[in-house]
Amino acid sequence: MAREVEETEVKGSKVKKQKRRKSKKEGKTRTVHANLLYDNAKGEDNPNRHYANNKIKTTKYTLLSFLPKNLFEQFHRFANVYFVFIALLNFVPVVNAFQPELALAPVVFILSVTAIKDLWEDYRRHRSDKEINHMDCLVYSRTDRCYVEKYWKEARVGDFIRLRCNEIVPADVLLLSTSDPDRLCHIETATLDGETNLKQRQVIRSFIDLDCEFDPFKYNSIIECEKPNNDLNRFRGYIVHRSGRRDGLYKENLLLRGCTVRNTEEAVGIVIYAGHETKAMLNNNGPRYKRSKLERQMNVDVFWCVIILLIMCLFTAIGHGLWLFQYGDKRPVFDVPSPDGMDLSPVLSAIYLFLTMIIVFQVLIPISLFVSIEIVKICQVYFIHQDMDLYDEETDSHLQCRALNITEDLGQMQYIFSDKTGTLTENKMVFRRCTVAGVEYSHDANAKRLAMYQEVDSEEEDCTSHGGTLPRRDSVTSHQSGKVVLRSQSTKSHRRTGSRAEAKRASILSKHTAFSSPMEKDITPDPQLLDKVNDGASQMEVMRFHSQSLSQIPSDLSDIIDFFIALTICNTVVVSSPNQPRQKVRRFELKSPVKTIEDFIKRFTPSRLTSGSNSSSLSSLVTNRSSSHRGCSSVLSSPSADSTLNKLDEERRTAANTNANATGTLDHAFSPVPASVDGARSPWAAAMAEGELRYEAESPDEAALVYAARAYKCSLVGRLPDQVTVELPHLGKLTFELLHTLGFDSTRKRMSVVVKHPLTDQITVYTKGADSVIMDLIKPPPTDNPKGKRQRKILHKTQNYLNLYAADGLRTLCIAKKVMSKEEYARWLRCHLEAETAIQGREQLLFQSALRLETNLHLLGATGIEDRLQDGVPETIDALRKAGLQIWVLTGDKQETAINIAYACKLLDPEEEIITLNADSQEACAVLLEESLHYIQSKFLCGSSPPAHPSATKQQQQQQFSAFHLSPFSCSPAKLSSSTSSSASSSGPFLVHRLGLVIDGRTLAYALDRSLEDKFLAVARSCRSVLCCRSTPLQKSMVVKLVRNKLKVMTMAIGDGANDVSMIQVADVGVGISGQEGMQAVMASDFAMPRFQYLQKLLLVHGHWCYSRLANMILYFFYKNAMFVALIFWYQFYCGFSGSAMIDQWYLIFFNLMFSAFPQLITGTLDKDVSAETLQELPQLYMSGQNSEEYKPYMFWMNMIDAFYQSLVCFFIPYFAYADSNVDLFTWGTPIITLALFTILLHLGIETKTWTWMNWASIMFSVALFFTVALCYNASCPTCYTPSNPYWTMQRLLGDPLFYLLCFITPFTAVLPRYFYRACQGSLFPGPVQVGRQLDKLPAETRRNLLSLQWMKVGSFGSLFGPRPSFFPFPRGCGPRSRQPHPSSSSSSSSSSSASSTSKKPEAPDSTLNSNSLETWTSCPSSKPTVNQHTTSAGGVQQQDSGQPPSSPSPSASSPHPDSKGEPLVPPTDTDTLPYTKEPKRARGAPPSPSSTDPPAFEVVELPSDFRPLGWMTSTPLLAPQPVPQHEGKAGNAQGGAQRRDYEGEASPMHRLLPKEGGAHRARGSDCEKEHALKTTLL
Amino acid sequence: MKKGGETLNRPDNTAFTQQRLPAWQPMLSAGIVIPGFVVIGLAFIGVGVALFVTSQNIQTLERDYTGVDQSSEHNCFQCLDVKNCICALNFTLSKQFEGPVFFYYGLSNFFQNHRKYGVSRDDHQLFGDTSYFTSPDDTCSPYKYDSRNKPIVPCGSVANSMFNDTFSLYQLVGGQKKQVPFDGKGIAWWTDYNLKYKNPSKVNGSLANAFIGTVQPLNWPRPVYELDTSDPSNNGFLNQDFLVWMRRAALPDFRKLYRRITEGDYADGLPSGNYSLEINYNYPVRDFGGRKKVFFSNVSWMGGKNQFLGIAYLVIGSLCIVMSLVMLIAYAKYRFDDEDS
Repeated sequence: MAREVEETEVKGSKVKKQKRRKSKKEGKTRTVHANLLYDNAKGEDNPNRHYANNKIKTTKYTLLSFLPKNLFEQFHRFANVYFVFIALLNFVPVVNAFQPELALAPVVFILSVTAIKDLWEDYRRHRSDKEINHMDCLVYSRTDRCYVEKYWKEARVGDFIRLRCNEIVPADVLLLSTSDPDRLCHIETATLDGETNLKQRQVIRSFIDLDCEFDPFKYNSIIECEKPNNDLNRFRGYIVHRSGRRDGLYKENLLLRGCTVRNTEEAVGIVIYAGHETKAMLNNNGPRYKRSKLERQMNVDVFWCVIILLIMCLFTAIGHGLWLFQYGDKRPVFDVPSPDGMDLSPVLSAIYLFLTMIIVFQVLIPISLFVSIEIVKICQVYFIHQDMDLYDEETDSHLQCRALNITEDLGQMQYIFSDKTGTLTENKMVFRRCTVAGVEYSHDANAKRLAMYQEVDSEEEDCTSHGGTLPRRDSVTSHQSGKVVLRSQSTKSHRRTGSRAEAKRASILSKHTAFSSPMEKDITPDPQLLDKVNDGASQMEVMRFHSQSLSQIPSDLSDIIDFFIALTICNTVVVSSPNQPRQKVRRFELKSPVKTIEDFIKRFTPSRLTSGSNSSSLSSLVTNRSSSHRGCSSVLSSPSADSTLNKLDEERRTAANTNANATGTLDHAFSPVPASVDGARSPWAAAMAEGELRYEAESPDEAALVYAARAYKCSLVGRLPDQVTVELPHLGKLTFELLHTLGFDSTRKRMSVVVKHPLTDQITVYTKGADSVIMDLIKPPPTDNPKGKRQRKILHKTQNYLNLYAADGLRTLCIAKKVMSKEEYARWLRCHLEAETAIQGREQLLFQSALRLETNLHLLGATGIEDRLQDGVPETIDALRKAGLQIWVLTGDKQETAINIAYACKLLDPEEEIITLNADSQEACAVLLEESLHYIQSKFLCGSSPPAHPSATKQQQQQQFSAFHLSPFSCSPAKLSSSTSSSASSSGPFLVHRLGLVIDGRTLAYALDRSLEDKFLAVARSCRSVLCCRSTPLQKSMVVKLVRNKLKVMTMAIGDGANDVSMIQVADVGVGISGQEGMQAVMASDFAMPRFQYLQKLLLVHGHWCYSRLANMILYFFYKNAMFVALIFWYQFYCGFSGSAMIDQWYLIFFNLMFSAFPQLITGTLDKDVSAETLQELPQLYMSGQNSEEYKPYMFWMNMIDAFYQSLVCFFIPYFAYADSNVDLFTWGTPIITLALFTILLHLGIETKTWTWMNWASIMFSVALFFTVALCYNASCPTCYTPSNPYWTMQRLLGDPLFYLLCFITPFTAVLPRYFYRACQGSLFPGPVQVGRQLDKLPAETRRNLLSLQWMKVGSFGSLFGPRPSFFPFPRGCGPRSRQPHPSSSSSSSSSSSASSTSKKPEAPDSTLNSNSLETWTSCPSSKPTVNQHTTSAGGVQQQDSGQPPSSPSPSASSPHPDSKGEPLVPPTDTDTLPYTKEPKRARGAPPSPSSTDPPAFEVVELPSDFRPLGWMTSTPLLAPQPVPQHEGKAGNAQGGAQRRDYEGEASPMHRLLPKEGGAHRARGSDCEKEHALKTTLL
Repeated sequence: MKKGGETLNRPDNTAFTQQRLPAWQPMLSAGIVIPGFVVIGLAFIGVGVALFVTSQNIQTLERDYTGVDQSSEHNCFQCLDVKNCICALNFTLSKQFEGPVFFYYGLSNFFQNHRKYGVSRDDHQLFGDTSYFTSPDDTCSPYKYDSRNKPIVPCGSVANSMFNDTFSLYQLVGGQKKQVPFDGKGIAWWTDYNLKYKNPSKVNGSLANAFIGTVQPLNWPRPVYELDTSDPSNNGFLNQDFLVWMRRAALPDFRKLYRRITEGDYADGLPSGNYSLEINYNYPVRDFGGRKKVFFSNVSWMGGKNQFLGIAYLVIGSLCIVMSLVMLIAYAKYRFDDEDS
């Protein structure tokens, strides 16, 4: 919220500036003339003189203005004003408390620290400004009549600027001319939006036809355009020529400042906006300022501090008044009259004293708190930046914190809203399968290839750079490695010429560009389809050769050809070749005169273009490809790959044979790397290099499709604004005249190109888009004729396949075409041109125009593109969910795709029920919501008592649920919603059920309506996972806003694309994935990270740490200051409430600033309550942050009470100790301050969880500093420092044994209650965090073992009640080996179960709970009833784990059943069932081989038979037992149930650790208390 | 993928940056806490016993001579409204009062720690800086100039309110009064006497000349250079009683060292017998309801008699033991139940 204010402020100031400018010159547009015309009359006449020049100044201050301006800014912070006010108050003699100059010291210190920081930052800005301002550019000079080098800052609006290749554009420049024959200029906008693909900019229309070089002197037009604004994607205006002709100006004509010119030798333009008015600068608003939740909470407590302060002052003032009053008129000798000798009245004295007390007690409002928090946050940001685990080696990027002051919010997240594509998935689009004309081509080989990539992925990362040097891989990379080499060479040369910044950009480039991982590029064609393509193409060729109408080709073949043409041209992909990096491939034909004629022919007659060279290129392509596949197979060395290879070889041979005329070039074709140094310019060589053409697409889907088409030899060869060149098999290069490109937008969800087909000469529209929209636009086939019937069938089939694709989690696209008659086209064109030239509402008009065009389409086919999940996504989601985070996925994908991805990433659980909301109308939506709400209530709250607060009814409900255990959908709560969120809700308790909610965009729009939003939320929040499909960016942000505002929860939005920006901005914390889709999301985010899986560590570890550190530090600050101030307050009772202090003013003032500052900073920066490993292994620990457990409002008051208690101790022990002595004021006060220092350090010590040498050093330093300062101060000057003058006090004290005696007893007594409390908490009732710490103490091996045991329990809980743990090895379909390995175990346990006490319901969850991993492992989730009958003793398992010899049966194993003796000695196989957290994959993949896959198990084997792991490991005898539940039957029989006590949660730390999962277990109720054995094994 | 120079952003892999500094994690678990409490408790009890015993061995004698209420021991009530009154306080020591004996006077309800009172002095003046004689510091006002606008030296409220009762002690030996010699040297802090306070350099060999042009504090009967007529060196700012007074007491009920008894027959202490303390009763305390007292005390290594600290150590020590017992019980309750199972 604060950020919003900030932003509006920024905007406001901008608006003001603009207003000012506006008032100077009227009008809404900017008129730009060429400066050349006015050069002589430099000052007066130049109409451009009002516009900002190109000099930028981002500094805030100048040398002169620094002090006043900086102070002014600092005084915006209220605290600073307050402290200055107090310091100034000291200058008023009647109220002053301290030496005025001294009182100024702290505030001056604070202000100057901030000022120095600001100064340094400003200096850096100044340096970079200077550097930028002094960059060179070529500006046309009137006097020299040529372009001369000038500094950037000298360029003005209206100047002509010449840009050369790789130069950075100095200002917003309107493109007037380029060296490019097509009048194009390519730019790279990486600095603006991070997108590294080339973008084309076009010379304005009226200058396109200019043949000769642009002559600035001939330019005499006037440009009218809009005022400077920050919209990067919009530029409107027109240019008025002398002739009066007007031409529209679009963003395609504008080169923005900061972009880099690429692939264009030269460009000339006129400056439109300069300096601060450029779009880039207007977009550049500094770092974001947000206020974290913790800080908001803190501010409330600061407010309380103010109240306490006022109360204390008031109390003292009244006390003083009364004290004076009791003496009446006769004032005692020690009451000093006012300077004029008059006695002040008690009331006036009291008033003065009130002010004095504010000064004396000022410390209560911690001046250093704000500074300390900032320092700590900077350190936290530093550590997050430095974390190796958050560093992505592949992209050489680490997590960046863009917002510096909300690190602790990371520890308090409750809801995560995630984008899907690019966030959960890699956004590496891989063509998987397609349907053409109703026939499905499954691309099995392709699928296999992908599966193999998955496996070699990791190796590949290491190996690619080595290329051919690795014998194993040489062939696979033969064509890639060559490329890599070329690329890196080019990068190097690039670097040599460019600056360092450029070099860096280039290196980024080479990594980011073109989404060209081999996985995406190499597509194995489906042989069947390939045949058809060849077939169709050859037929076409034949027909064209015979000038026959193409309509005679079988429709399916023509559809196939059209399908691939559409794939190839219906996009915005730019082609470049790696030999000359980012250099556009020149058009082959147009430049030579002969080619022009050919082109002419081609344009107007369907002519024969096939030539030998073309087919040769084809064959070379084939060889290249086949060799690459040979490589593949050698790497993967799998038979299937070999067969593919053989097939391909055959193919190649046939291809070579069919192209008989190509044989001459076959030698060349077979040579692996063509020696084409000299042939670079010949079309043949270019064709040779075709295999290395690189496609740069705006979205990876497009690239995937183009690569897919290339696999079928339909390759995109070149793209120009008005034509696309495609190479087809047999047909050779075809050039399509590109009439229009109707770009993709999220509303239409499709894009179209209008081309003139070179073969048929027809005007053809190719459309590609989301299946839902395209299918609606298909021309309904006529019902009467067989053709129509067939088409309907195709439609039907295609739809089926689409559903199938979606079910596979593929992204589906439909391809359609439409042939237009000339008349139709002309009609449409007229409207379209109108729309294009409109200045007002052009976007809308163009949109409508597109809608008019895209109708009555003919369906060609559909594609399925796979977007693989990123590494570790399911694990991350699982961990985050265990951490109590609600994860919502908001995606634009279609429902089926989204659901399948959701299953894949474990967002949805196959076992859970899914509520799907699809409504067509508001009413329907309302009804649906109502129904699902009822359903949820009836299903999950069934029969339970009237819902009260969840915590109150927890047990009851859980009991209830346990009764429901056998229902098809296990209806126990996955977890209780966190107490805060439920208490925040107005509508009673909400449990999160095992439900998934899927809602589509349209329904979402209805549900987000004001009338329904509450219901929607009610439904959504009771579901475990929510999936919103087909949602627009706006809806995304609305959902986030709704949840954030209504539920009052902390929300985090994570996304990678521009469509996530609004959501990222709305959420409390926005996270951007710096992935493939440009940098917009990153720019808007607070944190930017390379991969989704880093979220786990960022939240669970860093978030937790940041939160707990800061929360503890803030609480400590409040405590410390209160404790300190209270000391003086108590003294007021003994000095007539006169405002006197027994503590010298130096100590008073510097206590906070110097003596006690460092230890808390160190602790606040470095303290780790739980180690990173444990935090990640036990995500449940994160909940402490969600529930604000480290800093609850009552804690402030507890700390205050503790502070008052401690100060009482520190005050009264010296008081009584010195009571009957001749002690003087400061000899008595100095011990008190010393004791206070020791006490607060000791207190800090109790609160410090990890002691590094830095903690020790800082505490030592603090103490040493105090004594050093005190000794120096006390020895420095006998007459200074009035009035206190504590000369030689400390020295004397150090010789006084009493002082040392006090130093022992007082701090100890002061912290005793807190210490006792902590000790009890730590040993008797440890919270989750304490247990985590105890785990930390264990040796790593043991801990892992323990954790895995622990997990096992969680796992078994989870499978029934909670999220299934990701590593749980055998999720489904584990039938064959279920319970085979241990029949004895099952029989024994079931028998013992039958022997168990009768009060037990058979299906009571305990039994299931008790059956730990073994159980869950052996049974499929589906076979739940058997699970329940089939209970195993945890004790038994424990025994197995510890490998006890049968000779020493553990008490728990002493079941009466004969089998049971042997039973615990289950073969080591069973230890496999322990999910070994570190290696989940192995566990999953490995067959249940007998023996030692699980090291921990063997670790434990060494243990003694009466082994109680935690007991000896933690040397804490008090540690309560591990509550691995025991089989009640055994328990009951073996030792006699009477001895059992149910100590469950309270007694057992481990159990408490899993309150949510374990809840049901705990709630078992009294009747089965007896059987409940929690004694466990673990302790 | 990229090696070497390409990983510019790679974080440093050090223990510090990765937050893996070796650390000691104290666990506040019962296993450590209970023995810890026991050990600390025992140590505290030990210290407490030592302190208590030491404190018990200190003899003190305390008498109030304000004269507000009648007492058989003294006749100071006569002096309440009389100037330059001398009264006597008689007391009997039943047993030897071990030496060295310290003699204190005490005031109660006198707020020497009042904020404005404490400020009201001029340290430069007291350092003998004569430039401050003519114009004392503003902090002294209204005790800066007298009604004739002459500067007051020493200025300020603290000096002005100086305690001016004097005492002499006699042992009554067979009806004879035998004066007990008082040692008035070294009762002030060494640093006060030698460093912090200085007399102005004598003018023409006389200290009095240095104070020409100044007046004595309003309440003083004599100027500062005549504070001790018996000992010329004990005058000016270096008068021991003055120094003691100027060191402000911490609390409203305070005592200040007046003399030590270290000489002659009494070097080993006061023998048992009857004594008479002759008091030159000058200082008015009735205005603010104060009391005047005298104390005799001997001292130990830890200073004067104070049983509090010993008791505090004993109490806290026992508390620790009790706490450890509580925890032990709680521990046992859980622990032994566990072992039964």
